[in-house]
Amino acid sequence: MSDMQDMEKTESEEQIARIAAEMRLANDGLSDQDKAYFCDARPQAVEPYRGIMEKFANWARSQSLWILGFGTGCGAIELRPLMTSRFDMYRYGIQPRPTPRQSSVFVIGGYASVKTVKRIVRSYEQMQGPKFVLGLGSCTVNGGMYWDSYNTINRIDYYIPVDVYITGCMPRPEALLAGFNRLKQMIREGRCEGMNTYAENFDWYKANQKQIIKDWNMPDYNW
Amino acid sequence: MNAILTKALYTLISLFVITNYGLLLGGTMARVRAKVQGRIGQPVWQPYLDILKNNFKRTGIYHGVMFYLGPVFRLAGGLGTYLFIPAVYGSAVFSNFSFSGDLLLVMYFIFFGQLGMALGAGQSGHPYSPLGVSRGLAQMTAFEVPFALAVIAVASQHQTLSITELVAAQQGGILNWVAFTNPLAMIAGMISFLGMTMGNPFSVVIAPQEIPIGPPTEMQSSFLGMLQTNRAIFQGAKLVLFMNLFFGGATNIVSMVVKTFLIYLYTVVVGASFPRFRTDQSIRFFLGVPTLIGIAAVVIQML
Repeated sequence: MSDMQDMEKTESEEQIARIAAEMRLANDGLSDQDKAYFCDARPQAVEPYRGIMEKFANWARSQSLWILGFGTGCGAIELRPLMTSRFDMYRYGIQPRPTPRQSSVFVIGGYASVKTVKRIVRSYEQMQGPKFVLGLGSCTVNGGMYWDSYNTINRIDYYIPVDVYITGCMPRPEALLAGFNRLKQMIREGRCEGMNTYAENFDWYKANQKQIIKDWNMPDYNW
Repeated sequence: MNAILTKALYTLISLFVITNYGLLLGGTMARVRAKVQGRIGQPVWQPYLDILKNNFKRTGIYHGVMFYLGPVFRLAGGLGTYLFIPAVYGSAVFSNFSFSGDLLLVMYFIFFGQLGMALGAGQSGHPYSPLGVSRGLAQMTAFEVPFALAVIAVASQHQTLSITELVAAQQGGILNWVAFTNPLAMIAGMISFLGMTMGNPFSVVIAPQEIPIGPPTEMQSSFLGMLQTNRAIFQGAKLVLFMNLFFGGATNIVSMVVKTFLIYLYTVVVGASFPRFRTDQSIRFFLGVPTLIGIAAVVIQML
């Protein structure tokens, strides 16, 4: 009897170990030596707080938006005037931040070449949740004037989840401010769960990314 | 026993007041800077929102025990600095734990936080963090020289190392302030204060355009929230210290607020008027004229 129990136990342990191994990321792009330096755990969706606590947290998040200072395309030129005294984004609680670790908003500034998408993915994954993405310009929606370009992606939301799009080529800084205010409204309504969307559909996003990024020499999730 | 509990309560009230004052002061000065640039600027309460936002982050990356302890050391440095300075002279609530010889301890605590931060930043593994720390420590060592000379001059002038006694010696009229009885020490001290606040001419350590944000490059979520809270306490503590050393301290909370506000405004005015120094330039600057002024202040006292 006890042998049977032992056997069952070993089988269930093996099963757990197998499932755990499947949950690990392969990190195939790294050399064996480099694998030891990187985490191989998958991103996990995080449950929001319940009730008034989450509403309060969302209000605080919407009032303090820190943009990642990474201009990914020509649209980034529209971000600079926002800091100047004419448009003054600081009065809306928006300010630039030089490191992805501390920022909460990623502005995809227009067209994203394949080379840049690799950096966009790296930077996006290093940001701490909840994180929000703003697609600036028509190129982020459907490729815009680059829709048939050989080295430019057409839809950024195949690769990372996007919360708000601002169309135009280029959109004016006023349009960008309107987009930020729309983002704030959506955060307050609790509709900006891109971080959880990314974790839940991680395999789909990763497959899309690996389809276009051929020289994948980074970990599967950049902690 | 009751005395200890009362003291504990007073300490908590004192800390609560200085934290909120530091945060509001930071917000107000950001707005003053914005006015200089012709902007409206962020709301006065923006520092509260930033801290709330950072503490409400759902994820946080940690790099080991020292990474946890870095912000804790920094906070200990801020609290230690504040708790040994009497914020309001003669007040039971705001006199904190001032005792004879506390001036030396406070000078040590000003350095302590940065050293703790160096350990935490080192373990983050980010190459920019230690670079930022080394710049910060280099600049700190440089401005410590005129500051220490100013402190020696003031201490030898009043024959005491207790901040409470220094404030007591300056009571009885504006002409009794060290700013008037020992102007050279005040000038050396106030120049080194510019470096201590890391305001604009000396802001290269935490400047986003240089090495991204300096020592806290890898600090995020609640780690950063803790550092921001400490920033407010530390800023308040330094303002109160300089008010006590050179401007006669404060006998009530209103005069404390007015004096510290003006001292902070002076750093903002200087910051808005002068461009940023590189680290080597700021070290040369502090070891030049301010140090000579400090030496002159000490020599005059010794004569």
